[in-house]
Amino acid sequence: MSQNSAPQAPAGASVATSLAGAGLRSRRRRKATDRLMTFLVYGAFAVTLIPLLSLVFEVVRRGIARLDGEFFNSSMVGIVGKGGGVYHAIFGTLIITGLTVVISVPIGLLTAIYLVEYGTGRLKKAITFLVDVMTGIPSIVAGLFAYALFAIFFGPGIRLGIIGSVALSVLMIPVVVRSAEEVLKLVPTELREASYALGVPKWRTIVKVILPTAIAGLGTGVTLAIARIIGETAPLLVTVGITNATNLDPVNGRMATLPVFAYYQLTQPGVPPEFAIDRAWTAALVLIMLVMGLNLVARLISRFFAPKTGR
Amino acid sequence: MTTQHSQAARDVDRRPGLSPAPVRRLGDRLFAGTSRSAGVLILAILAGVAAFLVVQALPALTAPRSEVPGGHGVAAYVGPLLFGTVLAALLALLIATPLAVGVALFITQYAPRRLAQGLGYLVDLLAAIPSIVYGFWGIAWLAPRLTPLYGWLADHLGFLPFFSGPASVTGKTMFTVGIVLGVMILPIVSALTREVFLQVPSLHREAALALGATRWEMIRLAVLPYGRSGIIGGAMLGLGRALGETLAVAIVLSASPGLVSFNLVSSNNPSTIASNIALQFPDSTGIGVNTLIASGLALFVLTFVVNVLARGIVNRRAEFSGGS
Repeated sequence: MSQNSAPQAPAGASVATSLAGAGLRSRRRRKATDRLMTFLVYGAFAVTLIPLLSLVFEVVRRGIARLDGEFFNSSMVGIVGKGGGVYHAIFGTLIITGLTVVISVPIGLLTAIYLVEYGTGRLKKAITFLVDVMTGIPSIVAGLFAYALFAIFFGPGIRLGIIGSVALSVLMIPVVVRSAEEVLKLVPTELREASYALGVPKWRTIVKVILPTAIAGLGTGVTLAIARIIGETAPLLVTVGITNATNLDPVNGRMATLPVFAYYQLTQPGVPPEFAIDRAWTAALVLIMLVMGLNLVARLISRFFAPKTGR
Repeated sequence: MTTQHSQAARDVDRRPGLSPAPVRRLGDRLFAGTSRSAGVLILAILAGVAAFLVVQALPALTAPRSEVPGGHGVAAYVGPLLFGTVLAALLALLIATPLAVGVALFITQYAPRRLAQGLGYLVDLLAAIPSIVYGFWGIAWLAPRLTPLYGWLADHLGFLPFFSGPASVTGKTMFTVGIVLGVMILPIVSALTREVFLQVPSLHREAALALGATRWEMIRLAVLPYGRSGIIGGAMLGLGRALGETLAVAIVLSASPGLVSFNLVSSNNPSTIASNIALQFPDSTGIGVNTLIASGLALFVLTFVVNVLARGIVNRRAEFSGGS
């Protein structure tokens, strides 16, 4: 029996030999090993939940104190100690993230279209591989790249909102390409062929048939990509800096952003420190809510706007 | 029957006539060109990252050694940072990989199927949390809880170079950083591992079970060998992420740049490249900035190599399983 099934599954052969001389004692030991491993696997999962739960709990506990109207309605101009808020930082984050989306989505989407619909041969292989590698670029390196690029034209020490957007784009583009590529591949070939058969040119097929079919997946992918970059701190730290006042102009001077605000409030709280540290935790809480909210939106998009497959 | 025949014949007749000169409209050429150049732009960006870092790092490399921060040239400045970076990342990998494999096994082999997806989503949430929040958590929640452990380790295992003490009283140690980074890369490693475990042919699993293997024996004989390259590839991707992690390390670690030490529990720790840049860059000028960019270049090269190796392993595995 065991010899019959051995050639089919290579794993089977070694089980068979290990079972060959199985007495009662060794069976007991095997059962014990199995129970131990089950315990360890369940334990690994339980241990993994500790950081998640304690992190969320801690951030909510410490951040809830300053989650008030003033926090969202005031900037840090003239604030020493009590009060103050993230009005300026929230707008900075929204503007810089918006610009990043404007830069990244067209490039990422077009690249995905190239890879799925047009690409052949070496160029396609090279782009696919390097997009994968690009997802692993450390965020601080992306920040240094953007700084180095702009420092050549504007001189050293330059800090602008737009530099932050360029840095974040380096991080966002590969994420958009990967997710869009996966989604475009899912569009049934029959749809393309039906369109071609009707004499529709390829580019109109892509714009009118393929993209509308994939729109839910594309929306999900872009939303998740935004969630991935909206909490990035390091690239903004070296390219945008921080300011106390509200600056809504990304091509003129430093801007405040939520993550960098949280960082400086925690690490350079001033005297007395407790007010700034409270602000830092509330900013962290707002960041987590933003990211979780975007993740939720992404799931809702894919659930409610998915094409009806009839299956 | 006859109509089908003649239809097929006509198709064959027509095909050679169509393929040599396909109709290429202006819109088609424009669209193809634009999307192609977007792809090429990505290659250009990647090359640009390397090129601009080199350009801005050159002044530090050519400057007199005494002008570089630390006073002994770029190599002496970056070397210890590189050591700290690799040490922290390896520590993170050591902590994350077994846990990640355990989590992947739990979700794919142990958990009830209806729960599995939701539990997987829960682990993925760990990846969504911004790195700065991990820094907050590491310093406010984790570090104080670990200080008793560090005291115990220094007292009882102090003969090992890793725990030689004196133990930190704040918990801002390399060990804490390793744990924080480990938690951060765990979802990356486990996501890839999970994917590969799901691809294990059920025939292998069922054959092992049918031969009387216990669940663990089935995993050891069928699942783990099949998923090995996935585990390795995932671990390498996690390593790449841990090497470049910035803010969490900058907040948690009490660093003395320039130090090279294996001591994991004291308050004097080697710094890492990324966190050092985040801490020094805002207040640096002149050659100092160029030196930091040179260290960033070293980090870029290191993570690039690690990621290329990781992707190579993952992709080879994907081709292999696609063929079978």
